[in-house]
Amino acid sequence: MKHSSWIKDALWYVGAAGMALWVLAPIYLIGLLAFSPRMAVYRWPRPLLPLEFSTETMRFFVNATGTLAATRNSVVVALLTVALSLALGAPAGYALARFVFPGREAVRMGILMTRMFPMAILSIPLAVTFIHIGLYDTPWAVALVHTAMALPFVILITASIFVSIPRDLEEAAMTLGCSHLSAFLRISLPLALPGLAAAALFTFVISWNEVFAAAILTLRQRTLPALVIVTLNESPLYFRFAGGFFMVAPALVILFFIRRYLFNLWGLTSR
Amino acid sequence: MSRRKMWGEWLPMALLAPAALFLVLFIAIPSFQALLLAFQAPGGSWSLDPFRRMINDTRFLPALRNTLILIALIIPIQLVLALAMALMVQSRRRGAGFFLYLYAIPLAISELAAGLVWLAIFTERGYLNVILHGLGWIGRPIVFLSYERPLGILLAVVVAEVWRATAIVMVTLVSGLQMILGEYWEAAEVFGANLIQKIRYVVLPLLRPSLQAALIIRTLFAFQTFAVVVALGGGVLPVLASEAYIWYVGANNPHVAAAYSLVILVLSAAITGFYLYALRTRPEEMER
Repeated sequence: MKHSSWIKDALWYVGAAGMALWVLAPIYLIGLLAFSPRMAVYRWPRPLLPLEFSTETMRFFVNATGTLAATRNSVVVALLTVALSLALGAPAGYALARFVFPGREAVRMGILMTRMFPMAILSIPLAVTFIHIGLYDTPWAVALVHTAMALPFVILITASIFVSIPRDLEEAAMTLGCSHLSAFLRISLPLALPGLAAAALFTFVISWNEVFAAAILTLRQRTLPALVIVTLNESPLYFRFAGGFFMVAPALVILFFIRRYLFNLWGLTSR
Repeated sequence: MSRRKMWGEWLPMALLAPAALFLVLFIAIPSFQALLLAFQAPGGSWSLDPFRRMINDTRFLPALRNTLILIALIIPIQLVLALAMALMVQSRRRGAGFFLYLYAIPLAISELAAGLVWLAIFTERGYLNVILHGLGWIGRPIVFLSYERPLGILLAVVVAEVWRATAIVMVTLVSGLQMILGEYWEAAEVFGANLIQKIRYVVLPLLRPSLQAALIIRTLFAFQTFAVVVALGGGVLPVLASEAYIWYVGANNPHVAAAYSLVILVLSAAITGFYLYALRTRPEEMER
């Protein structure tokens, strides 16, 4: 018995480490290329260890025409998306969590239904509309479409956050003379804040990563993924790899900060 | 009291209204416009021309076929791998939580970045060839991603997508498992069920709602596969979303692009309906 459990443990750790290697090795390899000299990409054969660390490739990418502007656009678009999604989504999530009202289930179904609409079906007509009203090729255009994509998530996430905060606390505050608004502001909001912050960061990542709408809706005001994908075929390999790493890195950092909330964010909201 | 009651009726509507209005403006209306665009000739008159051009395009059938093949290959592999990961991290062994975090990392990685990451591996002087050479198995680099062999590109896309998006399925399954396992698993253990039996008779039936959710989400996103295909194939391998993109950006024809996006929508709706039907929770099983 003792013996077999030792073997089971060993097998478990080997399996777990194997899958970890599968997940991490590709990230390590692109990081390795991003921090090797530019020409290392074409060398054959080459080492798997970081023997010749260099920031040349990354500097080339960052200093290339358009990269910094595109990064700034990406950040602006993502911040606008976060602000719009939370401003519109958090009240809706609160309503779904706190009130029973006629049509509540219809609203939930409607939110889930939005998942079926692909990015293409939103961005192509909106591109036509945005050209007419002069919004085309602006960070706002991209942020509006990103908000349409993120809003259903944010509504469901915030609903699950507010559900987890006992309603009794608000009611207690209201019997002690708080208005509904001040009960919300003083009791529920502070308790919800960490979850809302995680939702905000999560929304940031959704927007930062989106490429289809961003490429369709911009021409000069490219976001970073849009810039990388439209220049893909003309750009040298090392540029693409540096770009890949440059896009991955911030998202990884953000994921690290919201790791505790991953299951609330992804798990619960996808049902 | 009556004032509060009135609030109780109007407040939720007032809170929901802005979001609902936004979703109508930026999802419902554009979808309707896409429908109109797809049935109009570039001049603006009603016409089946966009659909005719789409279907007569030599890339349409390959795009449809590739999209469906990708879904048929990626989703089952992801499901099995995600289930394996999700069951592994249920262990009470030290480090299970750490591994769970590691497996979730690809959640943060975009389709485009994943395509570039795997390009670094599959390209001619990429790391797969470096490793094969290091093992002494090959002398000269093998060309995996070539214009002549779309199959190589297709398989590379499968690997990249399995690598990236398994985390989405895994996280959904883990959150489902956390709610159900425990006693059921232990009961099965008491009765001497082996691992396969436990998965077949305990995990899968109880996990049906989570599986349904994960499958729907993954398949809907898989119909939109775009950037990873462009990054690895550079346009050699057409898929539905990349054709919509090319018709809009390259050919400057929003009508055919809208026709493509309608095809994606119809397929998405059909598959969602199928999953909802095939994996429906019967009423007598609802109470958990």
